[in-house]
Amino acid sequence: MTAAVSMRSVTKRFDDVTAVDSVDLDIADGEFFALLGPSGCGKTTTLRMIAGLEIPSAGSLKIFGDEVGTLPPNKRPVNTVFQNYALFPHMSVADNIGFGLKMQKVAKPEIAERVAQAIALVRLGGMEQRRPSQLSGGQQQRVALARALVNRPKVLLLDEPLAALDLKLRQGMQLELKALQREVGITFVFVTHDQEEALSMADRIGVMGDGRLLQIGTPEAIYDAPVDQFVADFIGRSNFLPATVASADEVCLTNGARIAMGGAGSVGDHVAISLRPERVEIAGRGAVPFGRPSLDGTIESVTFLGNSVVYQVTLDWLTVEARTENRPSVPRRDVGDEVSLTWRDDAVAVVPG
Amino acid sequence: MSTTGRRGGVGGWLLAGNGGLVLLFLYAPIILLVIFSFSGAKDPGVWGGFTLDWYRDLGGDRNVQKAIGVSVRVALVSTIVATVLGTMAALALERFEFRGKRIFDALLYLPIIIPDVTMAVMMLLFFTKSFDLIDAMFGTRIGKGFATVVVSHVAFNIAFVSVVVRARVAGMDSTLEQAAADLYSTRWQAFRHVTLPLIMPGVLGGSLLALTLSLDDVVVTQFVSGPGSTTLPVYVFGLIRRDVTPLINAVSVVMLVASLVLVVASLVAQRASEGRRRRELIITGEE
Amino acid sequence: MGLDDHDRDRERDVSVGEEAERHLAAAERRRGLLLALPAYAYMVVFFAVPLVIVFAYSFSTRSRTGDPTFSEVGFDAYRKLAEPLIRNVAVRSAILAGVTTVICLLLAYPFAYFVATRKPTARNLLLVAVMIPFWTNFLVRNYAWRVILSTGGPISGVTEAIGLGETDLLFSRTAVVIGLVYSFLPFMILPMYASIERIDWQLVEASRDLYCSGWRSFTKVVLPLSMPGVIAGSILVFVPSLGAYVTPAILGGNKEPLLGEYIVGQFLTARNWPVGASLSFVLMTVMLGATLVYFRSGGKNL
Repeated sequence: MTAAVSMRSVTKRFDDVTAVDSVDLDIADGEFFALLGPSGCGKTTTLRMIAGLEIPSAGSLKIFGDEVGTLPPNKRPVNTVFQNYALFPHMSVADNIGFGLKMQKVAKPEIAERVAQAIALVRLGGMEQRRPSQLSGGQQQRVALARALVNRPKVLLLDEPLAALDLKLRQGMQLELKALQREVGITFVFVTHDQEEALSMADRIGVMGDGRLLQIGTPEAIYDAPVDQFVADFIGRSNFLPATVASADEVCLTNGARIAMGGAGSVGDHVAISLRPERVEIAGRGAVPFGRPSLDGTIESVTFLGNSVVYQVTLDWLTVEARTENRPSVPRRDVGDEVSLTWRDDAVAVVPG
Repeated sequence: MSTTGRRGGVGGWLLAGNGGLVLLFLYAPIILLVIFSFSGAKDPGVWGGFTLDWYRDLGGDRNVQKAIGVSVRVALVSTIVATVLGTMAALALERFEFRGKRIFDALLYLPIIIPDVTMAVMMLLFFTKSFDLIDAMFGTRIGKGFATVVVSHVAFNIAFVSVVVRARVAGMDSTLEQAAADLYSTRWQAFRHVTLPLIMPGVLGGSLLALTLSLDDVVVTQFVSGPGSTTLPVYVFGLIRRDVTPLINAVSVVMLVASLVLVVASLVAQRASEGRRRRELIITGEE
Repeated sequence: MGLDDHDRDRERDVSVGEEAERHLAAAERRRGLLLALPAYAYMVVFFAVPLVIVFAYSFSTRSRTGDPTFSEVGFDAYRKLAEPLIRNVAVRSAILAGVTTVICLLLAYPFAYFVATRKPTARNLLLVAVMIPFWTNFLVRNYAWRVILSTGGPISGVTEAIGLGETDLLFSRTAVVIGLVYSFLPFMILPMYASIERIDWQLVEASRDLYCSGWRSFTKVVLPLSMPGVIAGSILVFVPSLGAYVTPAILGGNKEPLLGEYIVGQFLTARNWPVGASLSFVLMTVMLGATLVYFRSGGKNL
């Protein structure tokens, strides 16, 4: 099946700055895809290249098999929901939504019908004649969505769609957007710096940093098997235990302890074990079952967060963060307790150090 | 600035007093002029009983009527041309890069700072020499007249219109035009349906400014106008220098009222359209 | 997506890339130039060219017949500017413009301070009140003073009544100054108001604590902070006053010509185009310089 969006070695340079560095990417038809990364990583520029608001300095960009490189935005079967919504302030909601259809010279009756459908889709009934300034942030976003979707684009692009909304609204909109995409069935590509958003909404995520695409995968895959420290650190929280590859299936931590870990690299490579706080199990000193890794340390601080407790445990050479659920069956520790940390073998990942 | 800075006591009274004096200074001459235009005395500054004579004379004065006609025609034509050219210039400067842009930008600031005597002089020289040249090449003798006045007014008004429109364009969200392109509009469609409606207050404001400047102009017009193309200010200016009669009082009051009406109308219109636009432009992100 | 597709694409893949970027950028530049062209061409032909002509004429010489000629070119016209006659005209104009500026300063500052310390509604009303006379016809505003200052006029009437006898202020430097102050006072009030309005009042209150005196906190805090407005306003009054033509013509009589009148005279009566041109040009350069100072001192942001 042809990919909805296909990029090969797509690069974008502005003077001497390389904003996007040789990105290879295939976004499947019907996928809800997220481009995730910190500000300045090139994700928005990549989105704009798909939209046609920028053209690549090099590389090939195809939409459903057609090379679109230099096509202007008004000739692409793609619509964008802008970060600030970019609603036309001097037009009503209905006119805003129908604008694209009007530009394509669709007949008036059909415009009216399709606009009505779009308004029903985003549940904005009754707001047709209002002006954007009379709407709340959430309502404006729905107008922006409707305005894009009414044109039945092949791909919908969203630039930080939830950034301007407050927390409660944002969480509600995450579910709505996901449901909307399922209903409409077209490919959604959205850009965000919020890893929680990406994890909760996307079918697949592309993590970008410094203009490069670092890792593509499902949320689970990226979370459980980050490809490097940057990705591991950007998504969720992670401890990094520096180690050296000792053999084909063992790595050696700084304190000499050997951990069974296969495929970490060539002997002598510097690596780091990425250990998520919630995967750290705390046991009494020396109480770790045989065969499992064990690191001795002392609890330095305890932070109660309501649904979880976060411990900072000091080992000889670094501090590890551990998070446990606030449940009766999980013992609470105190500052100064001597403990041993362990984890399940499949609960860690190895990244280049 | 908070009002807790108000100074009480003597300082406060002195300030208020000065304020009143300044306002009196600004308005008294105009008010006195209006009063004296109804005075029957031959001497323009003396009160000689209430009369409408001067206004009646004005009604029948052919010269004044001709001058008003010329002023209005010149103002309308030069305003329309200056508005179109000035708006195009403003859009080009704010939305595009091109060769010679900096020179163009600088060129458009000059008319605003140039002293009007210098402008008058240079236009006179330009026309005189051009007409001599045309006479030498084609044997046709053109004289100063309606066209030279209009051309000169447009020359300085383009700059004023472009300054006003530029401010408006600069304040406009440029992502709107990107959104329009994303929604299948061509350049022209985006301009017609998105850009133009949003810069309209600026365009109107600029054209009103041009209209006022054209109607007001004295020195430049005096230098470049010919027989039959005397505008009202130039005519009145001539009258004042020759011999001051109470008739001039009446003409002045008429001009005063006209300019006040224009100003108030433009204030009202701008506030109305500005109010509408400002309400539209306030896009909040709150519930 | 197989590798074959990829290779095939790379062969015909010339549509994107730096060449395409350059192409599009060039097309944009063309569009911009086209849009600017009408106004640009107009300004070149009907503004830049006339300016150049004046500049050219400032190097011509006055032939015996009175017509300007280019048979001899040189800086003569500029040298003449240094001669006593013209120098006096320039000095007189500068002094008059200076006096006007000072008077405007003294009147405008307390007024601007007063307006800035009112409540917002009163402030806006006052500002509009200041601007309305300004928006009426310039000629009429000067003529109004002609009426008021003449003998038999109201001022004279008042002084007569008090027993001071007739006053004839007309056709004097005083009259011209009054006219100029009247014409340009709003230009001084507005920038000053903008500057004073920006001052953080907490600074003044803090200084009151330190100095314990209203006057000193004014001179040490408010005055320096409002300087940008003072400078901007001064330039906005001085520059047009320097080149004033209409006001001296109506109120000053023909006794001692100022710059504006003198330049006009060179073209209409004295028929000394070279000097007229050189003087116009110098005047414009001075104004240009003053305006640059205005912009440098942040006038644009006021």
